[in-house]
Amino acid sequence: MIHFVLLISRQGKVRLTKWYSPYTQKERTKVLRELSGVILTRGPKLCNFVEWRGYKVVYKRYASLYFCMCIDHEDNELEILEIIHHYVEILDRYFGSVCELDLIFNFHKAYYILDELLIAGELQESSKKTVARLIAAQDSLVEAAKEQRSSISNIIAQATK
Amino acid sequence: MNPFSSETRLRDMIRAIRACKTAAEERAVVRKECAAIRASINENDPDYRHRNIAKLMFIHMLGYPTHFGQMECLKLIASAEFPEKRIGYLGLMLLLDERQEVLMLVTNSLKQDLNHANQYIVGLALCALGNICSAEMARDLAPEVERLLQFRDPNTRKKAALCAIRIIKKVPDLAENFINPAAALLKEKHHGVLITGVQLCTDLCKVSPEALEHFRKKCTEGLVRTLKDVVNSPYAPEYDIAGITDPFLHIRLVRLLRVLGQGNADASDLMNDILAQVATKTESNKNAGNAILYECVETIMSIEDNGGLRVLAINILGRFLSNRDNNIRYVALNMLMKAITVDTQAVQRHRATILECVKDSDASIRKRALELVYLLVNESNVKPLTKELIEYLEVSDQEFKGDLTAKICSIIAKFSPEKIWYIDQMLKVLSEAGNFVKDEAWHALIVVISNASDLHGYSVRALYRAFQTSAEQETLVRVAVWCIGEYGDMLINNVALLDIENPITVTGSDAVDVVEVSIKRHTSDLTTKSMSLIALLKLSSRFPSCSERIRDIIIQNRGSLVLELQQRSIEFNSVIEKHQNIRSALVERMPVLDEATFIGRRAGSSPAIVPTSNSASLNLPNGVAKPPAAPLVDLLDLSSDDVPAPSSSGGGFLQDLLGGVDLLPGLNQTAISGTNEAPRTGTDILLDLLSIETSPTQSSSSITDILSSSQGDKSPVASLGEISSPPSLSTRATSAGADPMMDLLGGFSPNPPMPDNGPVYPSIVAFESSSLRITFDFSKAPGNPQKTTILATFTNMSQSIYTDFIFQAAVPKFLQLHLDPASSNTLPASGNGSITQNLRVTNSQHGKKSLVMRMRIAYKFNNEDILEEGQINNFPRGL
Repeated sequence: MIHFVLLISRQGKVRLTKWYSPYTQKERTKVLRELSGVILTRGPKLCNFVEWRGYKVVYKRYASLYFCMCIDHEDNELEILEIIHHYVEILDRYFGSVCELDLIFNFHKAYYILDELLIAGELQESSKKTVARLIAAQDSLVEAAKEQRSSISNIIAQATK
Repeated sequence: MNPFSSETRLRDMIRAIRACKTAAEERAVVRKECAAIRASINENDPDYRHRNIAKLMFIHMLGYPTHFGQMECLKLIASAEFPEKRIGYLGLMLLLDERQEVLMLVTNSLKQDLNHANQYIVGLALCALGNICSAEMARDLAPEVERLLQFRDPNTRKKAALCAIRIIKKVPDLAENFINPAAALLKEKHHGVLITGVQLCTDLCKVSPEALEHFRKKCTEGLVRTLKDVVNSPYAPEYDIAGITDPFLHIRLVRLLRVLGQGNADASDLMNDILAQVATKTESNKNAGNAILYECVETIMSIEDNGGLRVLAINILGRFLSNRDNNIRYVALNMLMKAITVDTQAVQRHRATILECVKDSDASIRKRALELVYLLVNESNVKPLTKELIEYLEVSDQEFKGDLTAKICSIIAKFSPEKIWYIDQMLKVLSEAGNFVKDEAWHALIVVISNASDLHGYSVRALYRAFQTSAEQETLVRVAVWCIGEYGDMLINNVALLDIENPITVTGSDAVDVVEVSIKRHTSDLTTKSMSLIALLKLSSRFPSCSERIRDIIIQNRGSLVLELQQRSIEFNSVIEKHQNIRSALVERMPVLDEATFIGRRAGSSPAIVPTSNSASLNLPNGVAKPPAAPLVDLLDLSSDDVPAPSSSGGGFLQDLLGGVDLLPGLNQTAISGTNEAPRTGTDILLDLLSIETSPTQSSSSITDILSSSQGDKSPVASLGEISSPPSLSTRATSAGADPMMDLLGGFSPNPPMPDNGPVYPSIVAFESSSLRITFDFSKAPGNPQKTTILATFTNMSQSIYTDFIFQAAVPKFLQLHLDPASSNTLPASGNGSITQNLRVTNSQHGKKSLVMRMRIAYKFNNEDILEEGQINNFPRGL
């Protein structure tokens, strides 16, 4: 199972963290510090796996962002690379050639998408189209609620004028 | 409107934070925002709740505390609207974890949302439950999840399936409720549901044997068919990755088949064909294909034997291993580790390639390869493999040397065909990476050298040569110094020259050079320096011509700030200067170190007694000869200087190693009595020490008398008895000195006593003053090592009778003490009879901690109340 997902920028800034196993706040900070130290310093040609505290961390760099997932020792590292790529493709499709700034300002969207992809540290959907559809449906629910709210507030505003 | 309320939008806050140039600026912005959010929370304005939590999540990601927002998440979740719930659940998963009690408050909202009419709200609740639920929540909400596994919408079913995984991991008892619904999921067509269903079944098998049995019987064939369909499915753009339809589903199916096939021949038979098809048909030019192959190979290796499939799998691994992609090579090494238990020969064929991987530039690959090589070594290939590894040691990265050295040492120790090869290889390792060699490894080397009597000369000469080139390797220096100290004469006379070596010309002075260099080098640590001092003392007798020079070197340490070195230097100087006649006997070669004992020590756990300080015995009242045993151990135990307790094997061994000093217990004892005397008499320790011969007073036990008494009848020392002071003293010292010696030397006896009914422990003198003496005798019931029965014997040495004699004792928490009634409360004078009392001690930390005891003795002496107190920490080890 995936124990946590991290997105770290090349400068070591944290862009997304998702924990599927319980870690205290203190441990989380420590994990982040340790792993960014290990991963960011690795050369470009080396393999994408780092052994760490009896776990394996699979990471892949996309532009300025490192996507990292921590898995158990007996899990399939190559598949995790595919899952990372899968996630990146969905992000790309959603934002339209995604960049780090998109993920900073719309970090909650990145989380929503991740939640449609993984639950309990396991993959839930292999179709990019399905994920996109589910996210779009939920986004439109939010939009609809917003419109309704503004129209109500308009009515109230007009009524109280 | 409150001026502090969070007017800024999320986007503006992120901009403001990003615009910060320094960490301090960032903190200021965050502080301001947090203050505004708190104020807004206090106002309880539902319109801004949504935005506040979004901001808090961002702040949380930056690493600032955000606990004050937790309740707001619960309020958002409780609201009726989807947008509020969406951000509320996200906040819940981000800001809380399963250990927070606040989480329990959300159980009810979750339950409602799991029953909500809107499938997206149900989805949010399932997602949150799957990601952070605790065991209690799992129990409370399992029925809802079970129901949702049959929900009409597939997207809800798949989420419920993953939720169920979390639930059965938290509460394995619930597994049986999920077996049937999970099996139903395996028949689905929807890929998401199928993937999660297969995953749920895999995890069910892990926690429940019944589930495994059920799926094996009912579902194996169905799964094989599903896998066949997926493998042969036509191009499906929605699921296609690199020309393969849904590799994720492939991988999960193959993995579940592995679980079902493991240990079951029938199930394994069913899947043979499809596995063969996956192994041969899958394209291996893209990562997705390789991921499937990797999973497939692992399954083939795990299920019941099928020769043809295994060959296929090993071939795939061979292809992986020669791949240029580091990722693929990494997983190949990983797989070969598992394959080695199945087919060692096949893995051996790739030995050369694997060995190359040990030298890879990638640390992850190196580490894997080294582990693998370690498994590959056997008697027949140990020599070439070790040669390769040692050669690589020269050029490897500093951070890799530690691992590599440990593995090489372990290989050498495990498979060495002959002693000379072992010594040669260890010397190479020591010269190359001596600073990385663990204590156990060089201790073992010394034991081996000590046991190889025909190789003493060879070893010491080889070490001498190695020292000339690699003097910066600490452990090499230690072994060299030890050997030169022991076998220095063989070094200079080319004794026992083997055919393969060239004779070397070394003078006694050259040998002393080596030791001098090592003791003077500022990087040498205490252990090395102490070993050097002992070696010097030994050499002073081996090379009488260098005696003066050696004494000069020893004297230089007289002012050392380290007590250990200072004390030794003074003692040894005194031996060289004033005790020419006993010196050669004192510094005789050490007896052969017993390999069995050493190995036993390594395996067992008989930690060295490390008394907290010598001063412990100082508070004994008016004692003349304090129990010296504990400090003696302390003295020999170099590593205990400021390190708390050495590792059990290390510490114990070190004492053996420096056993040369054991032959000088008298010296140590004089030093101790000197130390103990100091506070009372006020005389300088040094003076006291140096005046041993001139003032054989009651207070300072003379060196010779202890020697004569403790080694009593042994010929080399016997002559010394003549110098001894009054015999009463020596008898007293006998009991005090002999026991710890026996303890320390016990390990050296060629046939260590191995009685069946548990080890025999030497008696100790627990307390002694001019008027009272207490001895302890130990016995243990066989089969119950924690319990010790102590027979305490009290003897009155004074001229008057003691009445109302009471002995009390106290022990630390890890011990339990039971005192039996004493045989009497009257103690006759002048040693005419004694009181005995049984003490039963249970050591709950047996093997880790030694006994220690405080005691108090009260008695009446000429109608005067006397109270004596003391601490006993000279118990033998291993009680």
